[in-house]
Amino acid sequence: MSFEDYSGIWVFIEVKDGEVVPVSLELLGAGRELADKRGTELAGVLIGENVTHLADTVFEYGADTVYVYDHAIFKNYRTESYMKALLECCEKYKPEVILYGATSTGKDLASAVATDLPTGLTADSTILDIEEDTGLLLASRPAFGGNIMATILCKKYRPQMATVRPKVMKALTPEPGRTGRLVEEKTSLKEDDIRTKVLEIVQHTTKKVRIDEADIIVAGGKGLGSANGFQLVHDLAETLGGAVGASRDVVEAGWVEHHHQVGQTGVTVTPKIYFAIGISGAIQHIVGMQNSSLIIAINNDPEAAIFQSSHYGIVGDAFEIVPLLIQQFKQAFNQEVVDHV
Amino acid sequence: MLHIVACIKQVPDTKIIKMNPKTNTMDRASAPAILNPYDAHAVEEAVRLKKRYGGTVSVLTMGPPPAVKAIKKCIEIGADEGYMISDRAFAGADTLATSYALTKAIEKISKIKPVDLIICGKMTIDGDTGQVGPGIARRLDMPPLTSVNKVKEINLEEGYAVVHRKLEDGYEVIQSTMPCLMSVEKEINEVPYSSMTNMLKAARYQPVIWAVADLEDVERSQLGLKGSPTIVSKVWAPTKPSGGEMLEGDAAAQTGQLLNILLEKKELFAVKGGSGVEL
Repeated sequence: MSFEDYSGIWVFIEVKDGEVVPVSLELLGAGRELADKRGTELAGVLIGENVTHLADTVFEYGADTVYVYDHAIFKNYRTESYMKALLECCEKYKPEVILYGATSTGKDLASAVATDLPTGLTADSTILDIEEDTGLLLASRPAFGGNIMATILCKKYRPQMATVRPKVMKALTPEPGRTGRLVEEKTSLKEDDIRTKVLEIVQHTTKKVRIDEADIIVAGGKGLGSANGFQLVHDLAETLGGAVGASRDVVEAGWVEHHHQVGQTGVTVTPKIYFAIGISGAIQHIVGMQNSSLIIAINNDPEAAIFQSSHYGIVGDAFEIVPLLIQQFKQAFNQEVVDHV
Repeated sequence: MLHIVACIKQVPDTKIIKMNPKTNTMDRASAPAILNPYDAHAVEEAVRLKKRYGGTVSVLTMGPPPAVKAIKKCIEIGADEGYMISDRAFAGADTLATSYALTKAIEKISKIKPVDLIICGKMTIDGDTGQVGPGIARRLDMPPLTSVNKVKEINLEEGYAVVHRKLEDGYEVIQSTMPCLMSVEKEINEVPYSSMTNMLKAARYQPVIWAVADLEDVERSQLGLKGSPTIVSKVWAPTKPSGGEMLEGDAAAQTGQLLNILLEKKELFAVKGGSGVEL
């Protein structure tokens, strides 16, 4: 394997409901930095049905080139069809690095592609860097349930691959009208080559706030004592118009469903305001919320680790503090309304 | 009759692992070795499928001799057979080398009894990658079905399986040819307490243990550290924020201060209930 044959930073562009998913845009931002540092191009690989027009978005967010596989066989994500397209593209153009969002699709695809190439794959990276001269990708990630950070290298194989958690990289501000090289690829894949079929896609019909996209999150922990106590979290969230988050303990105790879980084995969140109520601050939780803009902790244990990771802390009984806060907030909101009248 | 192989791993319980503050390394001795919790769900699902459709559940692990304990735990859950590959040559394997070694063992198991289905946990709690399952599937040229949270149907006669695959905001229903590999989410089932019969069986159970020399057509260069493209170059403790301001006074004073801080950001509250995205 001659490394000189490999160049360019690639981002797998994931499409959902006819749009590029946010993490792919974030990765274009991160990829742009790597490409500039390395003096190489940034490319997006766009696979799907009726997706060619999305290349405009990919250019606006920083790509120089977009490789497009636009065909009915790619209507729904399937490991085998997407993998074969990507493997073919790699074989043809030999990228140095490929980044994927650490979503159910991105992780599935990256794992399959890495085995077939074969090459190394770092999962759930949160920090990326590249050595200017050698092109060695430095992908860092939380390991052992978030207890340590590890930097992973792939020295002997190309391309180097990593999946990256949503919400940890920053998308560039899009430049309207920015454009680049569009390369439309053909595929020889036939339906018979693919051994899986998507029979149906079911989206949750219940009204649910996605915490990974919320601006305000009120999260609660085991310190609230019971499912009844956890109601405080729902109340404050409702008052503030925020989403409900939870620590792993709370989810395991069954007080709320898993999709509320913040942390290493839950969701990574980056709201503008994060309340941690009765959460002790295990590192697994911290890694999932530490990039929030403003973190407020309420806990009756002054020694709780959560205070180390917060911007503002209140030591006290949540059952006293939170109702007061709700009351004061409601008053303040009403006051605002009166002022405007 | 279905023959299901569940791939499992013994891991340190990362929930209670302690860090050595001086060296920033993990004190592995501080954490008990347990069956990877996601794998318990994989074995449980295999056992449930066996009850539904009839068949045999074999478990497979790669690890040092004490990992026999994790196999015994699977026998308690209801697995029938246990296989372990254990050899210094496997040490230091990353996900690519691990999937290679396990694949070689599955090839050997399938000569004893053809394999219809492989089940893995979503990921291990010490590696957190979820890459070994899909890796095995690709090496055995089976369709990988990841994030499975329900096995709806298995039709061995016609050779297909139908599963629910979890997505960020729902699930998709997928039909796949068999044999295939599934990696399962933990909400797929609940692992009940073991029966006394299974516990007694597990206590006496000795798995089949193979060294590299017992496997066939193995390229040693693909095993262990040598066969691992990724290397860990550096580990460090996550930077801890230094801590912010503690609000003083009684509850009313504290909440009053907090209110003022938040009201400075009142643009966030402009649309009540509008901060999240409704599905």
